Amino acid sequence: MTAVPVPYLVVDRRRETEESVTLRLEPVAEALDDFAPGQFAMVHCFGRGEIPLSVSSVQTTGGLAHTIRNVGAVSDGLCAARVGDLLGLRGPYGTSWELDRARGRDVLVVAGGIGLAPLRPLILSALAEPEAYGRVSVLVGARTPGDLIAREEIESWPTAYTRVMVDWPDKEWRGDVGVVTQLLGRAPFDPAGTWAFVCGPEPMIRATARELADRGVPKERIRVSLERNMRCATGHCGHCQLGPLLVCRDGPVAGWDVAEPLLSVREL
Amino acid sequence: MTGTEAPEALAVLDRDGLDALVAALVADGRTVVGPTVRDGAIVLAELASAAELPYGWGVELDAGRYRLVRREDGAAFAHSAGPQSWKSYLHPARERLWSADRTPEGDLSFTADEPEAPSYAFLGVRPCDLRAIAIQDGVLTGGRHTDGGYGKRRKRALLIAAECTEPGATCFCVSTGGGPAADAGYDLALTEVVDEGGHRFLVRVGSEEGARLLEQVPHRAADMVTDASARAAVDAARDRMGRALPPVDLRTLLGASLAAERWDDVASRCLTCGNCTMVCPTCFCTTTEEVTDLTGDHTERWQRWDSCFDLDFSYLHEGPVRSSGRARYRQWLTHKLSTWHDQFGTSGCVGCGRCIAWCPAGIDITEEVAALHAELETEKETER
Ligand SMILES: Cc1cc2nc3c(=O)[nH]c(=O)nc-3n(C[C@H](O)[C@H](O)[C@H](O)COP(=O)(O)OP(=O)(O)OC[C@H]3O[C@@H](n4cnc5c(N)ncnc54)[C@H](O)[C@@H]3O)c2cc1C
Ligand code: SF4
Ligand code: FES
Repeated sequence: MTAVPVPYLVVDRRRETEESVTLRLEPVAEALDDFAPGQFAMVHCFGRGEIPLSVSSVQTTGGLAHTIRNVGAVSDGLCAARVGDLLGLRGPYGTSWELDRARGRDVLVVAGGIGLAPLRPLILSALAEPEAYGRVSVLVGARTPGDLIAREEIESWPTAYTRVMVDWPDKEWRGDVGVVTQLLGRAPFDPAGTWAFVCGPEPMIRATARELADRGVPKERIRVSLERNMRCATGHCGHCQLGPLLVCRDGPVAGWDVAEPLLSVREL
Repeated sequence: MTGTEAPEALAVLDRDGLDALVAALVADGRTVVGPTVRDGAIVLAELASAAELPYGWGVELDAGRYRLVRREDGAAFAHSAGPQSWKSYLHPARERLWSADRTPEGDLSFTADEPEAPSYAFLGVRPCDLRAIAIQDGVLTGGRHTDGGYGKRRKRALLIAAECTEPGATCFCVSTGGGPAADAGYDLALTEVVDEGGHRFLVRVGSEEGARLLEQVPHRAADMVTDASARAAVDAARDRMGRALPPVDLRTLLGASLAAERWDDVASRCLTCGNCTMVCPTCFCTTTEEVTDLTGDHTERWQRWDSCFDLDFSYLHEGPVRSSGRARYRQWLTHKLSTWHDQFGTSGCVGCGRCIAWCPAGIDITEEVAALHAELETEKETER
């Protein structure tokens, strides 16, 4: 069967930054199968096209949220959606964070910019079961304070350690300035007993994962979310290839043990 | 033929029998597709009768070269792969996937495009192309998700193979683990024999559907002479391959060659036109586009062939991941021979030679792989 989108209703819209919004969606009739944090949907904007978007929230009701950065034709159309509008979704697609594997261990979340969105449901799950995990740390980096999503929410998370870092501060910024990797030395985690979850721009993923591996986090436990062009999400169009991987099928979440050799080759 | 005979029973058809076979398929309501001469090439097209087969035509092939030549013997299947492959029918260049409609009340509905699949009969499928079809089956219907349109067309298609007795100068199927004999995946397999005994086709039955079809047309039990000359011709073809890939583990070779200098060399010749991907019988990549009508309330999702040589193929916000020709040729060849194994459990190359013949720059996959192999060996030598 060819996958056809299912109508979802926009029930809430929140502006995150100048160029991104979060849309909460509820199925109109039939819901898609449950999404796990880290997985993504193909979201259709009427007349414009379809793009892959990770879930930034998952509800038991079948509802979900996407946080979308306006970078082009389709994301522009989606960012312009209003409460009451209908979108088409297919999914769930791809691998998930599999937070369960980190039970009993320290959890270190490192996000760059909008990369925090797919990590949000993972952070909430870990914090919902404080006894199940060790120390939960959240490190967030962004280009400017204006690029930070979920700003108030970040402050409210009862983590062991939360830090936000920006490259280019504005006048009001009182926080840290620099790149997110500089925070890795400060967060409380025991490298050998840590699972790290990393999402953001590729250079940031590379720098963070390398540094974590250098600090002794086993590569397999450094989970990164990969991004490639995607047209089908069903393993048939070939666009999402990254060497041996079909990122829509074997990703987007993969271990650094798998991703490192692939991201080290230029233009692979 | 009776139900008690083995499915691998052998029969012989003469040219009238082949005519009757095509007529029976047409009468059955099948769309018969096979080779025929058009515009200076042997193309695949819908056939109304077996008379349209390229009787008496062969081809002369080389890197960047394809030319029709007359054959004395009048054979119909003594030519190697032409510019098209069966994917044009099973995995067409353009296909509507689904459409979406908006009503004035604000409702939105999505409708899958599910046209009645044509019931194809492919006549003259080469053993390399049989393997190519099996490879596309794996890619498009063998995973967690199925390409519905492909699946339906494929399921209804009847495959009549034509074994190879005349490999081309660009053929190298033997070195990809195949060969000129059809060993699986066909309903009927024909081997053409032209000698003092006449012009005839040895027929092997590969399925019940094939057996039923054979039963409908005049044929006779296979005689030893026809059987022996058919086998001999196919065996001889095996030893007459025009080209070969180096006899090494290609998956490992390509995997170890990502930094090879040869990629710069081939990139200096490659026009990144994508011809090789279009003619390749296993290349399956597609893209999608949105087509909206004038009312603005009806939109359609179309899928069309795409090529990894296209700059937009790997586009990601700031630009393409693979912007250089070097990276795009490397992607194509490495996918074909190496990462295809990781993704789908087989190689993506069947050795049909189309990419060699139809490359405007005359780039030869076997030569490129040999050069990569030599480069890696030299590197190992100097390390020792
Ligand atoms: C698994 C995954 C999860 C993602 N999650 C999010 C998310 O949660 N929030 C978010 O804002 N963004 C996310 N993205 C990125 C988002 O998909 C791209 O920003 C989007 O596809 C850009 O499309 P566009 O038409 O708006 O932009 P344009 O840049 O105008 O796109 C131009 C063309 O390139 C294509 N294109 C560009 N980037 C991609 C891409 N990554 N995949 C497929 N096609 C692409 C577009 O479809 C279009 O045809 C994710 C990407 C992936 C692969
Ligand atoms: S190898 Fe030849 S056919 Fe393929 S893209 Fe390059 S020039 Fe075109
Ligand atoms: S997005 Fe089409 S194969 Fe992965």
